[in-house]
Amino acid sequence: MGTEMTLKPHDVMRLVATRKSRRAAADESIWLCLTCETCSARCPNDCDPAGVIDTLREVSLETDVADAPRRIAAFHRAFLAQIESNGRLHEMGMVMDYKLRTGDLMKDVINAPGMVSRGKLSLRPDRIRGMAEIKRIFEKCGES
Amino acid sequence: MSRIGIFVCHCGENIARTVDVAAVAEALRDHPGVAWSEDYKYMCSDPGQSLVRKAIEEHELTGVVVAACSPHMHEKTFRRACAAAGLNPFMCEMANIREHCSWIHEDRDEATAKAIDIARTIVEKVKHNRPLESIRIPVTKRALVVGGGIAGIQAALDIADGGHEVVLVEKEASIGGHMSQLSETFPTLDCSQCILTPRMVEAYQHPNIKLHTWSEVESVDGYIGNFTVKVRKKARSVDEDLCNGCGDCQAACPAKKIPSEFEAGLGTRTAIYVPFPQAVPNIPVLDRQNCTLFKGRRKGLAKDACGKCKEACLRGAVDYDTEDTFVEEQVGAIVVATGYGLYSIGREQPEGLKGYGEYGYGEVPDVIDGLQFERLASASGPTAGAILRPSDGKEPKTVVFVHCVGSRDPEKGMSYCSKICCMYNAKHAMLYKHKVHDGRAVAFYMDVRAAGKGYDEFSRRAIEEDEAEYIRGRVSRIFREGDKVKVWGFDTLSGEQVVIDADMVVLATAMRPQAGAKELAQKLNVSYDEHGFINEAHPKLRPVETNTAGVFVAGACQAPRDIPDSVAMASATAAKVMSLFSADELEREPAVAVVNETTCIGCMSCEHVCPYGAVEVKEIRGRDGALQRTVASVNPGVCQGCGTCQAVCLSKSIELETFTDEQVYAEINALAAWD
Amino acid sequence: MSTVAAPDTGTAATAAAPRAPLAYYPGCSLHGTSREFDESLRAVLAALRVPITEIDDWSCCGASSGHATDHLLGVALPARNLALAEAQGFKSVLAPCAACYNRLSAARLAVAGDTELAERIPDVLGRPFANTVEVESVMDLLREAAVMIEEKVAAALTPNPLEGLRLAAYYGCLLVRPPEVAGYDDPEAPTSMDEVLAACGANPVDWNMKVECCGGAFSVSRTASVVRLGRAIIEDARRSGAEALVVACPLCHSNLDLRQKAIMARGEEPMPVLFITQVVGLALGLPAAALGLDRHFVDTEPFIRRLVEQAAVRAAAEEKVKAEAAAKAAARRGKAESA
Repeated sequence: MGTEMTLKPHDVMRLVATRKSRRAAADESIWLCLTCETCSARCPNDCDPAGVIDTLREVSLETDVADAPRRIAAFHRAFLAQIESNGRLHEMGMVMDYKLRTGDLMKDVINAPGMVSRGKLSLRPDRIRGMAEIKRIFEKCGES
Repeated sequence: MSRIGIFVCHCGENIARTVDVAAVAEALRDHPGVAWSEDYKYMCSDPGQSLVRKAIEEHELTGVVVAACSPHMHEKTFRRACAAAGLNPFMCEMANIREHCSWIHEDRDEATAKAIDIARTIVEKVKHNRPLESIRIPVTKRALVVGGGIAGIQAALDIADGGHEVVLVEKEASIGGHMSQLSETFPTLDCSQCILTPRMVEAYQHPNIKLHTWSEVESVDGYIGNFTVKVRKKARSVDEDLCNGCGDCQAACPAKKIPSEFEAGLGTRTAIYVPFPQAVPNIPVLDRQNCTLFKGRRKGLAKDACGKCKEACLRGAVDYDTEDTFVEEQVGAIVVATGYGLYSIGREQPEGLKGYGEYGYGEVPDVIDGLQFERLASASGPTAGAILRPSDGKEPKTVVFVHCVGSRDPEKGMSYCSKICCMYNAKHAMLYKHKVHDGRAVAFYMDVRAAGKGYDEFSRRAIEEDEAEYIRGRVSRIFREGDKVKVWGFDTLSGEQVVIDADMVVLATAMRPQAGAKELAQKLNVSYDEHGFINEAHPKLRPVETNTAGVFVAGACQAPRDIPDSVAMASATAAKVMSLFSADELEREPAVAVVNETTCIGCMSCEHVCPYGAVEVKEIRGRDGALQRTVASVNPGVCQGCGTCQAVCLSKSIELETFTDEQVYAEINALAAWD
Repeated sequence: MSTVAAPDTGTAATAAAPRAPLAYYPGCSLHGTSREFDESLRAVLAALRVPITEIDDWSCCGASSGHATDHLLGVALPARNLALAEAQGFKSVLAPCAACYNRLSAARLAVAGDTELAERIPDVLGRPFANTVEVESVMDLLREAAVMIEEKVAAALTPNPLEGLRLAAYYGCLLVRPPEVAGYDDPEAPTSMDEVLAACGANPVDWNMKVECCGGAFSVSRTASVVRLGRAIIEDARRSGAEALVVACPLCHSNLDLRQKAIMARGEEPMPVLFITQVVGLALGLPAAALGLDRHFVDTEPFIRRLVEQAAVRAAAEEKVKAEAAAKAAARRGKAESA
């Protein structure tokens, strides 16, 4: 994703190393990172830019330094909301939630029939029995 | 009766800040056996030493204790001072109240009490000291130089010119080392062989230099001034006295496609070969691994499968039945100058190293290393000096030079900088541009390290005059796409990704010690670091000596370095060697083991544990010549005073001078008696 | 809980070495958009006589959204499933989805290296967690079974449709990186999938985009990036002579299969994208329907049909050669007897 990022992993590392993490946390670039881990795997000095960027995202969310790009934030929220309600990802539910959040109602509509006919899209969520545990996990993590 | 003098040093603030030195001197004044006690700010200074000499004379001292720093620092200083005043130097000891006391404690009262204890302990020891004389050992004034590259040649020439005999051992068929493979040298762009070969010839013809090529050091025994070295002369299959270097054998050899080591794999050679035309000596060797005749012999053929070289030789110099032979050389000093090899990015790596998968593990065609580029550029190389791609022989129009491949990379295993690559990359870019005027030279670097004389200017020339494009950033991937080599890099100064469709890529791979360097170091009893580089005795002040007395080190086998530094280091070792040879005898400290032959039971446990082989069996014979008993005997020239024998002796018959049982027990009793 | 019984594949099966019971963590994708991965995996494991037991009441591992937004959540969600496996008596768990495999392994590593975290996780989960269950990748399992696969392929009743087929093994990111987490293969030049493909009789090509990211989780939220990255991958695979791509990750599959229409220009020949388990299944002679090959967006039917036809032609040609050789030998014998 480097070509699409204004701040590339080494730029992020430099900002963090020179105590300018806030600037990095406020930049959209950290949300474009896919955690493909290529940077961390190749670093000659065994640094972990992927891990640093992960942490900056958490910092950004907690300190509101900037909003994550709308679609990406909506995706993460929709994904996690699904887990919180069902314990497992109900893809159709997630996509619907994502569309409502982004207003991108036509997204992948063209693919929907194909998904259903191939048995890939279930209409009912698969809810686990241990929902109390899931609730507990989200609560405890929210506290930290 | 002992009359011992105590001298307590302030060492400026180092000791005095924590230890009340006056109190220590005061406490020792009344100690039985002490005739004089004083303290002074800097005992090691001239006035300080005068105090010692004066006290010895005025108070007729029989022993001296200097309570100050570690004996490693100034034991020699004070012993010399005592000797100057007429007191046997080995009646002088140091009590360490700095490293063992003031530097590690904070409480003044407790530190002072401890310092007093330490000083008293040493006083009790000195009461049991004996006057000793330095051991004198003879010195063989011949030197061994291992490695015939530029460093080895320089050291050999300097020692030989100094009037001493040198044995130069080189494992390849010719001397010259990697410098003979180079095309031009930085920063002058001198033709490498042109400046090297005169030295090579001089070494060959020098009356004081005995050259063993195609040879290796087999074993080393002995000690400084008295080494016995066994050299294995590998079977050349060619008689060095009969051969006149005519080359008919090479022309006749049918096995012509063996990859040539000298051409770094880009060219071929025959089985019987001289590595390069200017080889010294110009006598071929027969590569038995790849020779048709020897392959046949290994298979058990009844009749020899080939014999063309022997037939072609008009002087009858070829002999298939020679074996390795051994030569014993007696030398007094050894110089290690085994040089370097290059790191390869391949999948198979020695323990602790990793290859570069992102650059294709060395399997991408037209991705070569620095030495291979040198061979391409060299007029005597496989392409007669034309820069051509190994894959299809075409002239590359875009060449990418990648710095720091393996170097400065703790993850791959070589955390150090290889020092020469920034310079030779600039050189390569320039050589390429001089030959391919419309070519594009791109160099990916992290920093440009050009710290020598004229080096930075040289590096700038590549950019300013020869239009090499220098991009600051690393290369993330190198792979083949069709006819081109794709290079993915980054320009950190402009923040842009860079993709280059190169025709050829030259990797500046890390310098590593030669293969086999560790094994040689073990034979010489010399230590090496985690990368295999030989350890110098002290990184700042003793760069050409090792911790093994009599063994010196020069060139890239100690750390990555370029030619001028290697030559300087080689001359430095020569100076050390000649200084060693300047006296007929060498003085050694008498802190060696001594056997009480009366009580020794001859179990030889000491011989068994001695790491230096210093213990010998001695026969005690009666007047009639009959053998009465065998006892142990220590060679004072070899013994390093480690004390292991003293620890294992069953009959308490072997002791270290200056650390006898009596002396050590006296110290222990002193510590126990006083609280 | 569902266990898979070993069906009769009609082959002289080599007895599998006795294995500790293997837990199975399918993950959300294998129950949804990548159903065919689950189907083909179960079919292949049955053929290889590797029994698996799905972890009871497993929950989502959090994939990217977990660790990308909250470090603790990113460890706790996968840890719950490891804790379940522990409680259900398993020693190791097979996680076919590359993201699940990576998250479960990363959680193990995080807890093992941080005593504070190790103490906190059981409280967050409300369950004991001793970090004893090991995580196995499907690639590692198949690679270890390569010899058995080769034998079964040789002994199959139908000719191998994959014989000599040029395939591009696409590993992507999470199967091989970071090396401390996914340690079973080389992160720059992995070979596990290629070895399995070779064991199936196919011809894995040498190509350059083996470990370049496909765009992962941006399938929905930033599709343009996925299209760009996917294009580079498919183009390189094609340039290297591959006739199909093989993947072992549901997201890679989706990005290269579902999104292939957006990636390819109009009129360009599509490239089938198969799961490694589907490839192994085909080599073992399992029917295409059992492997979920009809669930792809890039139609695999014509491709498979062509392979089967070619295999039949090859087999017939071999038979002919054998028959001619036998006839010649018989004729020679006849001559010798009559002489």
